[in-house]
Amino acid sequence: MVQATTRSIEFPAREFHGPAHATGFWRTYVFSTDHKVIGIQYGLTALCFLLLGFFLILAMRWQIAHPGEPIPLVGWFLEKVLGSPASRGIMSPDLYNMFGAMHGTIMVFLAIVPLAVGAFGNYLVPLMIGANDMAFPRLNMISYQLYFLGGVVMLASFLIPGGAAQAGWTSYSPLATVIPTDGQTFWLIGMVLLITSSLLGSINIITTIVQLRAPGLTWMRLPFFVWAQLAASFLLLLAFPPLEAAGIMQLMDKVAGTSFFLPTGLAVGGATAQISGGGSPLLWQHLFWFLAHPEVYVLILPAMGIVAEVLANNIRKPLWGYRTMVYAVLTLSFLSFIVWAHHMYLTGMGTRISTFFQTTTIIISIPSVILLTCLLMSLWGGSIRIHTPMLFALAFLPMFGIGGLTGLPLGFAASDIQLHDTYYVIGHFHYVVAPGTIFALFAGIYHWFPKLTGRRMNEFWGRVHFWCSFLFMNAVFLPMFAQGFAGMLRRMADGGLSYSARISPGVEGTLSDFILGLNNYILWAAVGLGLAQLPFIINLFWSIWRGERVQGDNPWQATTLEWQTPTPPPHGNFLRLPQVYRGPYEYGRLDEDGDYLPQDRPPVAHTR
Amino acid sequence: MVRFLGLPEVASAHGVSIDRFISYVHWLMILLFVGWLMYFVYVLWRFQQRRQPRPDPAGARSHVSTYAEIGVATVEGLLLIFLAVPIWAHVSEQFPAEEEATVVHVMAQQFNWNFRYAGPDGRLGRQDPRFVSETNLFGIDPADPAGRDDVTSLNEMHVPVGKPVIVHVSSKDVIHSFKIPSMRLTQDAIPGMRVPTHFTPTREGRYRIYCAQLCGNGHAAMAQGVLVVESPASFEQWLQSRSGGSVSYE
Amino acid sequence: MEIAYTVHARPDTGVYNAKLGMWLFLASEVMLFGGLFSAYVFLRVGAPPDTWPQGWLNVPLGTLNTLLLAASAVTTFLAWAACKARRLDQFKLHTGLTLLLGCIFLGIKGYEYHDKWTHYELRLKDGRIAEGHLVGPKSTAEAVVLKGRWVEDRRQLLDGRRSRGTWQELTIPRADIDRMQNYAPRHNTFLAIYYTMTGLHGLHVLGGVVVFAYLWGPGSRLWHVDPEHFTNRVEVAGLFWHFVDLVWIFLFPVLYLS
Ligand code: HEA
Ligand code: HEA
Ligand code: CUA
Ligand SMILES: [Cu+2]
Repeated sequence: MVQATTRSIEFPAREFHGPAHATGFWRTYVFSTDHKVIGIQYGLTALCFLLLGFFLILAMRWQIAHPGEPIPLVGWFLEKVLGSPASRGIMSPDLYNMFGAMHGTIMVFLAIVPLAVGAFGNYLVPLMIGANDMAFPRLNMISYQLYFLGGVVMLASFLIPGGAAQAGWTSYSPLATVIPTDGQTFWLIGMVLLITSSLLGSINIITTIVQLRAPGLTWMRLPFFVWAQLAASFLLLLAFPPLEAAGIMQLMDKVAGTSFFLPTGLAVGGATAQISGGGSPLLWQHLFWFLAHPEVYVLILPAMGIVAEVLANNIRKPLWGYRTMVYAVLTLSFLSFIVWAHHMYLTGMGTRISTFFQTTTIIISIPSVILLTCLLMSLWGGSIRIHTPMLFALAFLPMFGIGGLTGLPLGFAASDIQLHDTYYVIGHFHYVVAPGTIFALFAGIYHWFPKLTGRRMNEFWGRVHFWCSFLFMNAVFLPMFAQGFAGMLRRMADGGLSYSARISPGVEGTLSDFILGLNNYILWAAVGLGLAQLPFIINLFWSIWRGERVQGDNPWQATTLEWQTPTPPPHGNFLRLPQVYRGPYEYGRLDEDGDYLPQDRPPVAHTR
Repeated sequence: MVRFLGLPEVASAHGVSIDRFISYVHWLMILLFVGWLMYFVYVLWRFQQRRQPRPDPAGARSHVSTYAEIGVATVEGLLLIFLAVPIWAHVSEQFPAEEEATVVHVMAQQFNWNFRYAGPDGRLGRQDPRFVSETNLFGIDPADPAGRDDVTSLNEMHVPVGKPVIVHVSSKDVIHSFKIPSMRLTQDAIPGMRVPTHFTPTREGRYRIYCAQLCGNGHAAMAQGVLVVESPASFEQWLQSRSGGSVSYE
Repeated sequence: MEIAYTVHARPDTGVYNAKLGMWLFLASEVMLFGGLFSAYVFLRVGAPPDTWPQGWLNVPLGTLNTLLLAASAVTTFLAWAACKARRLDQFKLHTGLTLLLGCIFLGIKGYEYHDKWTHYELRLKDGRIAEGHLVGPKSTAEAVVLKGRWVEDRRQLLDGRRSRGTWQELTIPRADIDRMQNYAPRHNTFLAIYYTMTGLHGLHVLGGVVVFAYLWGPGSRLWHVDPEHFTNRVEVAGLFWHFVDLVWIFLFPVLYLS
């Protein structure tokens, strides 16, 4: 039936001009408009930023565990590059705040989103839907260049006098406005570039998915990954502009002396500020979180998409409840626009508004539960093939479980009173983004590496990478919940020392030596986590040239279209435009040659 | 459960219900997590390729997961309606009468807490941001006689035990957050706004006041604040000793 | 291999790529201006009493600008229709008109900005307040010359509708002046949001003008190669231009009339 309706539409025939025309180095690798090259550019750049974000946090973790002690190994270097904020190699509070704000910014906007949407989305979406490129190749290139430029601006801000932004990745006004350095101005300009970049990127991805699906590839035959990318792109498209508006207004506050976010009677330092006043600090928070909540789903949806693909491929059976998952993703995306104020319960919110946002927050947890449930139920009855990509994909499930579940007590305003701005929040969202999203991205890298290179990454070192990462990730983030319950706050440039029981005897509600002692464990766990990436980095580069070659184009016996074309794919992707005949996960159904049916294999009755 | 989680010992009336709520939510979370984890581990063992060489494409036919989802939704809904919302309503809106409470104005600044009480006349002087200056943080109108005997105090907030306390939280420069973990109290201090909140201390003692919102390079060190909960008699004594000419706004 | 549906619509979605891309872009633009409009409402509702000015903007000029943009909406449509009818000369004529209207709009906007920029509020050391336009050539290092008036109360400044009429030339010694500030964005929240919103809108108008100028000039070469493709470009540019008009239709009452 379905087939009949799709066939009734006439798709004009398209001709094919043969693979890659010879072009120079610059056009092929740097100013390329090929979505695959751009995807790889995004990927490598984002991985570098991921590493940088990690180094920033490593220095901070040193300061948290050993406040006021010079940073070993790199202290002198920091002093040389950053000047007085790092004098004598010691991390000053200014430097701590700088690194904290930039860790958040870099991880979210320069590492994970570009990796999940820029790299994976760019490389895979056209392949998975049977298109020969993105809908707007030149726009795609510009989008990468803007991203790169935004990154450069952010990096440059470390080097200006006074250094980078210091008001947290949330950049709350008035603090962000009144800090008398230009870091925040750089941050805002960088953000405008990044926002423009992801705007172009998301328009491209949506148009590509809507317009360039291969004949026969109906909506309900799209791989779940494509749905996830589509939803994430819509979130980027619609949630980012209000932040751009807010960014422009904060920029005006900063450089044109306006008072959008500055109230009347502000007195910074001794004197009343020479401003007109009349603005509202809460306005910034509303606009920021209106973006930033959908943004967190941009961090998680592509990850879920990757996990779904890797899982389906390695359990050798269809995903359980594919349709439900699609609807859940759509519901989730829609709802994510109306929960933002759950980050603002304690700004002085009345019962009526808080009830609204608590209710939406609780409702939004249901589609997440459904998604997770579908993935977990899919495992039942499978024939589970375990190797590195699958290990990472499997680990994603309980890790996201912890992260998601700890979102619940934050979503209820009553418990958020106690947990707000403590390390509980830090624990919550890192479980989602670090062992959650990062693991999913690792799964994706191991899974699609053969597609990019025709070689496999080393399995043994892959497993070493997985088990060490798994162990250390939990060692880093699990103790944070204990610290959060005890009341340890985030963004403490001295790791909570000022609140320790040691220095104020006889006062209740202070931090015990045990709680502060955990900081030291976390430090070494974080060092371990960093070392655990060495096998990965070496494996990655080594395997590009030396990895074991895969046999055939479809080493994982996968059904989706990206594996039904030469590995690695030529310029233009497909030798012949594919015609799709069935859904994405037809595993375990066939009795003859193999246990899977690729989406583009004609039904037996139709083969001549 | 609360002890197991390691929350600081509670010292306010509403704190008890917050603690109970936190423990209910965590029971729910633990139940879900452990339940799914057991299933997860079993499935990974049972359906490994070695043990299950051919997949069963039909997969799970049971409806348990659907019931689990409905169950989660129901429990969350119940928690929300019967506990979370009422607790929040109590904390943010159901205020005791000002006459029956200790009223304290809190003015945060980089990087200290200022407190202000009505003096012996029981009335606080009028405030206006226009009067804010280095010596007059609260912007008290010098022309208002009610303000003459007001008591201010730096980083030390005294309240009598067992009597409701109403705090009006504000800030003179950037956003801070007035947080007393032992009291289960958090309220952002936002410049340009004065937000009231309230609690009833139930135990005498000295409690640490935290600044929970990043407020600049002294944020971590903004830790001198202490809440002193004492007997009504010593509180009166303290108030008397501070008032009368100890502050001036000239 | 060519990318599909760059020129012809995909049968089942009914659009070609660029058109869908433009709709998506406009959706994001709606959110961008939506953010600013909500900020406007938020700030206005929350403004401390007696701080929000009224009638500061020149309604006749604003109305004229509204009419200009409305007319340009018609000319862009006609330009597209001309392309559809395969009449390049008609296209050039109507796009030329659009360009002209857009430029006049920007010119008027520039004049309004200039008018505000040279408008000063002076607070004297003895508490008196003067407002008016700076008479640049007559002002010296010792005294400021304003074409304006004295007001007793700062609140009087807020009602711009009654401020016209009795303006005369005032000469005020600089030594007496406590504070002198022009009507720049920093002057108050209203001006801040006024400049920000109209400025952003003006940039959009400028962008549109550049695009039309391109299509009118060098871009029209495509006409001779692939008129269908060219028509699509005109249509997409027209979509954008209509959106820019629409934003102004909201900006005008919100800023000028309320
Ligand atoms: C990808 C990122 C991501 C995701 C997916 C989520 C998901 C959720 N988040 Fe989180 N959140 C953040 C990133 C994320 N969050 C960040 C970055 C912050 C802090 C920002 C800052 O202040 O700097 C934050 C902060 C934050 C707050 C503010 C806290 C505060 O500042 O006081 C709140 C409050 O409501 C909240 C709630 C939730 C909820 C209810 C969900 C729900 O969607 C979760 C639903 C999921 C589940 C309920 C899990 C279900 C799974 C199972 C049941 C299966 C278990 C499986 C096995 C055992 C195998 N989050
Ligand atoms: C997507 C977002 C994301 C990610 C992935 C992470 C990852 C990590 N984060 Fe981050 N974090 C934030 C977003 C994120 N964080 C945000 C938004 C804040 C709040 C900021 C604020 O207060 O404003 C924050 C704050 C924050 C704090 C609190 C600081 C404070 O409040 O004072 C801490 C403390 O431990 C922390 C730790 C970590 C750690 C240990 C990791 C680790 O998981 C990192 C693991 C990564 C690696 C080990 C690198 C692996 C590298 C490679 C694989 C590269 C390979 C390279 C090549 C091939 C070239 N983070
Ligand atoms: Cu004050 Cu943090
Ligand atoms: Cu959120």
